[in-house]
Amino acid sequence: MATATKSSSGSLRTYLITRLLLVIPMVWILVTLVFFVLRVVGDPIQSAFGGRLSPADIAVRRHAAGLDKPLLSQYWHYLVGVTHGDFGTSLTDNTRISHILIVNGAATLELTFWAVLVAIAVGVPLGRVAARYRDRLPDVGLRLFAVLAYAVPVFFLGLLLKLLFATNLTWFYASGRASPNVEIAINNVAPNTHIYIINAIQYGNVSDIWDVLRHTVLPAITLGMLVAGVFLRLVRVNLLQTMRADYVEAARARGVPERRVIRKHAFRNALIPVVTVMGLQVATLLGGAVLTETTFEWQGLGYKIAYYLSRQDYVAVQGIVAAVAVIVALTSFLIDVAAAVIDPRVRY
Amino acid sequence: MSAPVVDVRDMRVWYAGPSGPVQAVDGVTFALRQGEVLGLVGESGSGKSTLGRGLMGLVPRGAAIDGSIEFDGRDLLSLPKKERGRVRGAGMGLIFQEPMTRLDPLMKVSKHFTEVLKVHEPKLSKDEARIRALDALRSLGIPPTRYDNYPHEFSGGMRQRIMIALALVLRPKFIVADEPTTALDVLVEAQILRILADIRERYAPAILLITHNLGIVAEACDRVAVMYAGRIVEQGPVRDIFATPRHPYTRALLNSTISLSTRELHSIPGAPPDLVRPPTACRFHPRCEHVMRVCADVFPPTVRVDRQEAECWLLATDRIDAAGRAPLSRQEVPVADEA
Repeated sequence: MATATKSSSGSLRTYLITRLLLVIPMVWILVTLVFFVLRVVGDPIQSAFGGRLSPADIAVRRHAAGLDKPLLSQYWHYLVGVTHGDFGTSLTDNTRISHILIVNGAATLELTFWAVLVAIAVGVPLGRVAARYRDRLPDVGLRLFAVLAYAVPVFFLGLLLKLLFATNLTWFYASGRASPNVEIAINNVAPNTHIYIINAIQYGNVSDIWDVLRHTVLPAITLGMLVAGVFLRLVRVNLLQTMRADYVEAARARGVPERRVIRKHAFRNALIPVVTVMGLQVATLLGGAVLTETTFEWQGLGYKIAYYLSRQDYVAVQGIVAAVAVIVALTSFLIDVAAAVIDPRVRY
Repeated sequence: MSAPVVDVRDMRVWYAGPSGPVQAVDGVTFALRQGEVLGLVGESGSGKSTLGRGLMGLVPRGAAIDGSIEFDGRDLLSLPKKERGRVRGAGMGLIFQEPMTRLDPLMKVSKHFTEVLKVHEPKLSKDEARIRALDALRSLGIPPTRYDNYPHEFSGGMRQRIMIALALVLRPKFIVADEPTTALDVLVEAQILRILADIRERYAPAILLITHNLGIVAEACDRVAVMYAGRIVEQGPVRDIFATPRHPYTRALLNSTISLSTRELHSIPGAPPDLVRPPTACRFHPRCEHVMRVCADVFPPTVRVDRQEAECWLLATDRIDAAGRAPLSRQEVPVADEA
């Protein structure tokens, strides 16, 4: 038995190492793409300061930023920086991009975490209900809901929720990540994770935790709904498929009770494609985060991208977009790891 | 002789089809004693598998099942759902045709065993369950070292043996084997048949062996039941039926087998009937070469000849008048499905 177990875990390890090594060229391609695509737009200094500074000043700035060097040497410089975690400095407000990535990245991480939680909490159980009442009223209603959830523009849903729950009912807050006094307090904890819910728990004041949660609810629902519909339909269709699978019938023939058959055999197998698609949905979520964060003034990466884009600060945009690309590459790796752990057949 | 383990009377399974109810099994009667192997043969679509599923209580949603299935002295069709579920697996086991897809790909083999043992024998300790499972596997030639492997790490033949072990671990009194060798190559087929013979010797369960391979019937069964269009048209001891088939369909079926001495291929003209609108009276009359007027009008009686039973007017000609005995020409036979 020992040999059999060892051989299967051994192949899992090889698979994971291969998959991890594949992340490196992926990240390199993404970073390169972002660099050159943004250069097509033109000279960053010119677009940020053109018309506001004299040509002489612009030339000085361009020299200081190394932008008068040949493109390939700039690229090399940039690449070396990136490998050291140095994404440069923003042109307009002179902030280190790596600092933005940590502080605002934490905010986006917090938001997407809650959004994924909302999507799973809404999509998975409703998908099970839809599969159970296939082609009957609950199923038809839920399918319609799924399409709506996916199709409604993020900012529209965000505004509706703000109007209802923040303005009229005042249950939740319409903007920001915490009330100003709370924000100041919980940013004083050490170590500062920049993830407010963790900071608030560290700080240990229940009313602060409550305040952070009340700021989180609406943006989390807004962003989560974007993918909840996708999850719902995925769970539904996969569950319908696995409920007719041969091994499910075989389990019934062995007298395994129906509830257990569905929970242990049909549902678990139905989750495999859901997990895979979840990885792809992270990109959707990060795209949706730009809109959600601007709608709710949630100071995350999406908020910052919108901010720097409007100021035409392409160095900052380049850094953030590259970082987002890296995040997507890494999540897709993590999802593959999860899929391999769930499904013993995934070994290459 | 002891009382039968399984006693099926006038069993019917109808299910909803796109053009009306499909009469897949339509009035089937047979019995099986302990240690007896009954071969169920027939063409594809004759209702063999539906019969097997019906016995297990595994008919698709929307299907209706009627008649009586007495198992171990209890009428299964009148049992409450929960108790019916308990009989499934523990009392009667099912072995499937396609072993490759019958094990849950996410579950180790060991987990399959602990699951059924936990469901049916909750008092068993972990170690006892493990010993029982390993015993069952060992008796089918799966080494204990493979206990914690996943299904995809086994070949088709091994998976079929695991499926059989999974059915046997609960020591059922009755096993339905639904074409257990059809998807396997001949060497593995022989191996599985040897295993079935071995099981018979060791545990003496009643076995219903569904197959379309008459060679397997000759080799592995005591009795054989021939199914056509949802009905058992002839049943009896294998030797008798192979020597003197009484029903024209059985004769045609035996004729169509191929051996080294075969000079030309025989087939039965026409196609199996549409079970939504089956032919009137005798189901086989549109394809029968001895068809008479009566065959299309009145349902044939079940006639006992020695140890065989067949459902055919040819065996009861004394009960029909001259007009009924007149041959029916093929043109008069409505054969809707030949188009």
